Amino acid sequence: MCGVCGCGEGHSHSHDHDHSHDHHHHDHEHGAAHAHAPDLNPARMVRIEQDILAKNNRYAAENRRYFNERGMLVLNLVSSPGSGKTSLLTETIARLKDDTGIAVIEGDQQTARDAERIRATGVQAVQINTGKGCHLDAHRVGHALESLQPDSHSLLFIENVGNLVCPSSFDLGEAHKVVILSVTEGEDKPIKYPDMFHAADLMILNKTDLLPYLDFDSEQCIRYAKQVNPRIKVLSLSARTGEGMDNWLRWLKAELELQRIAYA
Amino acid sequence: MTNPPGADLHLSEGCMAGIAMHEMSLCESVLQILEQQADTQQYRKVKTVWLEIGALAGVETEALRFSFDIVMQGSLADHARLEIIEVPGQAWCLPCGRNVAVRQLYDQCPRCGSHQLQINGGDQMRIKELEVE
Repeated sequence: MCGVCGCGEGHSHSHDHDHSHDHHHHDHEHGAAHAHAPDLNPARMVRIEQDILAKNNRYAAENRRYFNERGMLVLNLVSSPGSGKTSLLTETIARLKDDTGIAVIEGDQQTARDAERIRATGVQAVQINTGKGCHLDAHRVGHALESLQPDSHSLLFIENVGNLVCPSSFDLGEAHKVVILSVTEGEDKPIKYPDMFHAADLMILNKTDLLPYLDFDSEQCIRYAKQVNPRIKVLSLSARTGEGMDNWLRWLKAELELQRIAYA
Repeated sequence: MTNPPGADLHLSEGCMAGIAMHEMSLCESVLQILEQQADTQQYRKVKTVWLEIGALAGVETEALRFSFDIVMQGSLADHARLEIIEVPGQAWCLPCGRNVAVRQLYDQCPRCGSHQLQINGGDQMRIKELEVE
């Protein structure tokens, strides 16, 4: 499916071009009266005007087209490490898998532990190890789709690398970024990491069962999140006790329905 | 004991390794573009790169400079000079109905104090121009 994918092609191409390169230069040099030294090119300016993330954005657009053609709902789950993304996923899958096709792409620097936890719930999961990389990019997600082959009208969760900084800049083709913040982290995370909360459409406050033991100020946290992103929606829940899970499931079903209607 | 004034490093919060990785991967994207353009624009060596970086792009320019030199090593842009053009942040304020200057994503409108701002400038990361040979 990788229509815009340049992987594997780049090297042979540049070699081919190197030859025609030289010919072009000779032509130029004749005209410019430098024919005696064809390899001594004077420095010149080249206007490029290219977005640094343009390549990622092209892959993301390709992924989005793929998702929309199949009427899929794709969510990019972002958070710091330890916010409970994987537990939220396993609990969500347990409640939804009988009604909806679900697949998961797991991003971590190392290990396949999360993908194994997801597979234990009975749904398909692909683990992407980013190695030293701090985020998933659209190109890798595109390749994960090749092995996943998700069903039409299904729900695909992409669990990004635990990191509140870098994944905000990398579009994966998702319908929404969903940022998960656990109440053990401190209510000022939205203003400390504004890029991420700005990029997300939904914030999930997780681990609310721990609120009685903490000084976490939920209202202040939500105010901070809306300060950074006035459009952000907020759901509070505990994946562990199940409190608030209903609203999250209703949100998912409504979004899935919208996606199915729009791209029937 | 309190820290002396100015002791804080004003990098974006978060682990430094993560931040540097972010700028590192941006530089890798820059290098890919330089390599692709070498064919179409017919150059063999890049001497200077002008990057336009918006104040709201979430990029630490110091980390970017640091990463740039490392990523370009041994490439067609080895030892290239990096020129960063910083672009101020701008947003459309809904209540005011006009563009206002913003320094950070979560700023309020400097005129009316509203947070209903739509960023419309200063969030870009672009390669503007190259000096090549």
